[in-house]
Amino acid sequence: MYKLGIDVGGTNTDAVIIDENRNVVAEIKHPTTDDVYDGIICAIRNVLEISGVDRSEISQAMLGTTQCTNAIVERKNLAGIALIRIGAPATTGIPPMVDWPEDIQTVVKDQIIIRGGYEFDGKELAPLDVEAARAFLEKVKGKVHSVAVTCVFSTIRNDHELQIAELCREIMGEDVHVSISSEIGSMGMIERENATILNAALHEVAGRLTEGFALSLAKEGITNAEIYLSQNDGTLMTMEHARRYPILTIACGPTNSIRGASYLTGVKNAIVIDVGGTTTDLGVIQNGFPRESSVAATIGGVRTNFRMPDIISIGLGGGSIVREQPDGSVTVGPDSVGYKIGTEAVVFGGSTITATDIAVRLGMADLGDPKLAESIDEGFALKAMETIRAMAEDCIDSLKVSSDDVDVILVGGGSIVMPKNLAGTSEVYNPEHFGCANAIGSAISKVSGDYEKHIDYDKIPRDEALARAKAEAVELAVAAGAIRETVEIIEVEDVPLAYYVGNTSRVRVKAAGDLA
Amino acid sequence: MRRIGIKEVEDIALGASLLGAGGGGDPYYGKLMAMGAIKENGPVELISPDEVPDDAVIMPIAMMGAPTVLCEKGTGGNEYREIYEMMSKYLGKKVYAVMPMEAGGVNSMLPIAAAARLGLPMVDCDGMGRAFPELQMVTFTIGGVSATPMALTDEKGNSAIFNTITNKWTEELARAVTMSCGGSVTVSLYIMDGATMKAYGVKDIVTRSEKLGRAIRSVKEHPEMTPEEAFLLASEGYRLFKGKISDVLRETNGAFNLGRVVLDGIGEYKGRRAEVSFQNENLAAVVDGEIMGTVPDLICMVDTETFVPVTTEALKYGKRVLVVGLKCYEMWRTEAGLELVCPRYFGVDTDYIPIEERVKGGDR
Repeated sequence: MYKLGIDVGGTNTDAVIIDENRNVVAEIKHPTTDDVYDGIICAIRNVLEISGVDRSEISQAMLGTTQCTNAIVERKNLAGIALIRIGAPATTGIPPMVDWPEDIQTVVKDQIIIRGGYEFDGKELAPLDVEAARAFLEKVKGKVHSVAVTCVFSTIRNDHELQIAELCREIMGEDVHVSISSEIGSMGMIERENATILNAALHEVAGRLTEGFALSLAKEGITNAEIYLSQNDGTLMTMEHARRYPILTIACGPTNSIRGASYLTGVKNAIVIDVGGTTTDLGVIQNGFPRESSVAATIGGVRTNFRMPDIISIGLGGGSIVREQPDGSVTVGPDSVGYKIGTEAVVFGGSTITATDIAVRLGMADLGDPKLAESIDEGFALKAMETIRAMAEDCIDSLKVSSDDVDVILVGGGSIVMPKNLAGTSEVYNPEHFGCANAIGSAISKVSGDYEKHIDYDKIPRDEALARAKAEAVELAVAAGAIRETVEIIEVEDVPLAYYVGNTSRVRVKAAGDLA
Repeated sequence: MRRIGIKEVEDIALGASLLGAGGGGDPYYGKLMAMGAIKENGPVELISPDEVPDDAVIMPIAMMGAPTVLCEKGTGGNEYREIYEMMSKYLGKKVYAVMPMEAGGVNSMLPIAAAARLGLPMVDCDGMGRAFPELQMVTFTIGGVSATPMALTDEKGNSAIFNTITNKWTEELARAVTMSCGGSVTVSLYIMDGATMKAYGVKDIVTRSEKLGRAIRSVKEHPEMTPEEAFLLASEGYRLFKGKISDVLRETNGAFNLGRVVLDGIGEYKGRRAEVSFQNENLAAVVDGEIMGTVPDLICMVDTETFVPVTTEALKYGKRVLVVGLKCYEMWRTEAGLELVCPRYFGVDTDYIPIEERVKGGDR
């Protein structure tokens, strides 16, 4: 049996097929099309053809896509939603979306702040005003089909959010989409609320995306496969989960490259540099998973706080335009010839000097017609390469946590422009199949099991409780399709809840393993 | 008098993070409160201290408690009204205007929200000209103003007025009540008359914050000078060092965020080393073993590309920063001022020497 991994990027749609031993059988790149499914279908068709694999042998198909990110950034196809914030008499001093760009505020068709929520220790801030919520929901019923529910300190205790979510289904019907903040964001109510609003507004995009992917596979005759979407943390979501939490796909592209790079080299701790046509993403792989960012992430002008990989993006890629400045210095990017590289770059007969031309001129790559690159002055090319090196070395340095040298993995189609001897590094890997690391990362994503419960440590001692929670998380991952021997605990969190009976903590454990 | 709208709030918040000298907290949630209040009530009137009658009552506004709690609960918005009415009743006199206690960090923003919601003017003045970690560290202490009566209220409507025998008692009682109220409350203390405010306050500080914020935003728009020159000119800052953070050593003692950061020189400082120590705010900058600046002068670190101020919480390996020293308010340099905020009070073993003398012979 085989796995099919697909990654839809801004420029290319990549597809790979890997076998049971996780060897890459075939990889292809296809330009991303206006209707992304045309590109996906072509990519699937081509990769099947090259590999010679029988369609019915594909048992799993994974998709990593930036469509949700694009929907937010371009304000396209977002659904109108209703917002209920539980938190009065607190929080009313900051109205919802107060610092959002105006053109995206319109996704919220109606909003209300009702009494309720919790203090930092789980004590009730105010009794939940169910009647106010009921009246509001009756009013918006039929006008919107998606509701965002946020609550003060719901990361400590989410009973009020769950109660209101239940009320939404009671009044608006079982089909209503409800996003609750405790399942999406972390501490910092406004950023969490922002992420929840965006998640709720993405539900139509998510619906079309999941259906479209299933349909594309069916059209190409892949009907035996389990279908998954990649999410931010390097694990997979089922289609049902993806429809509920589309926002969690937002940074899956860089995550997939990082995990793909780690897989291709067998290196578990390194800095990964993914060089595309226009931009380069740099991230960190730590024990096989991407390092998470500790600062708020801004998406389309909206500040959010759900977990994202720690990524630095710079305007440097294979198509970056190289220029001499009046002071004699040479700059590379941030603008790029993008997908027109095949006609505009010097080595392809064009007249724009790109980073790729510099690499060819200096003998680092063999692409297009190397003779054409000889028209570029060598001194100029060396200066440009020094600029590229300095840009990369600066980023590597700011991702490090100490001055020790680190391993670096270079992936992405544009990585031919990167020098291989970078300062501050112990080893620079440039693995085979580097061009499709993201699709490979998608194909080898893990499946996870999430355990969450309130436990009274007076009744069950902490050590015993945590051991039991870990065991249950492992069982959940296995139930979701993971191979038992590969399951690892990737996250443990216990938060003391002072106002509960006894010595209660909220325990959260996440386990993840390879799909069978 | 002039008006403060959303755009001005953005600039003041950015400037306030510089005047925070590494501390004072991220003004982001404070900024949202100010923006929310202005959106609902219209712009705020900012008045110059000279426009305030000598016998007018001026009410400083601040928050007390844990910043993490503030980032969940924000404020209710009615707290300012509650405090205003409580104080007016207690004093038997109407409050004339509000003002900030602290120009740095989150507390620079709350008085703007209060002024918008109360329909009162805000005075262009504060009691520090920067941020400081302890309650008594305000110029009004020099002027003999008592911290109490101190008014405190939570978003639920619980409120109290404290009369205490020392500042230490004020701090202790207020902290206990703050915890019971849910960890974050709105307070007013050092309430005073217009004459005292004019005699001891740091004048025009809000305007200075706003100018600093605007200057940081536009450092790249001066063809005749480099962004760094533009930043130093606008901030009237002394360049102390430029380097890459090579180590951050932190310790927490419960109440404060303590530590020091080690910098390896870059650019013209290549091969040299510097250290900046901090207790919430930055305390001293030492370059190659030589002290280049100390509290109460402002020791600030800003990003070398964007010139956005870097708070002590955000210090991490690899970040490139410019260390600048800004002159503190004159009154901190007097004997009475140094009694409250001299370097030795913060554990920096040196006499206070003004920043402009320390860097003499160095580069401005």
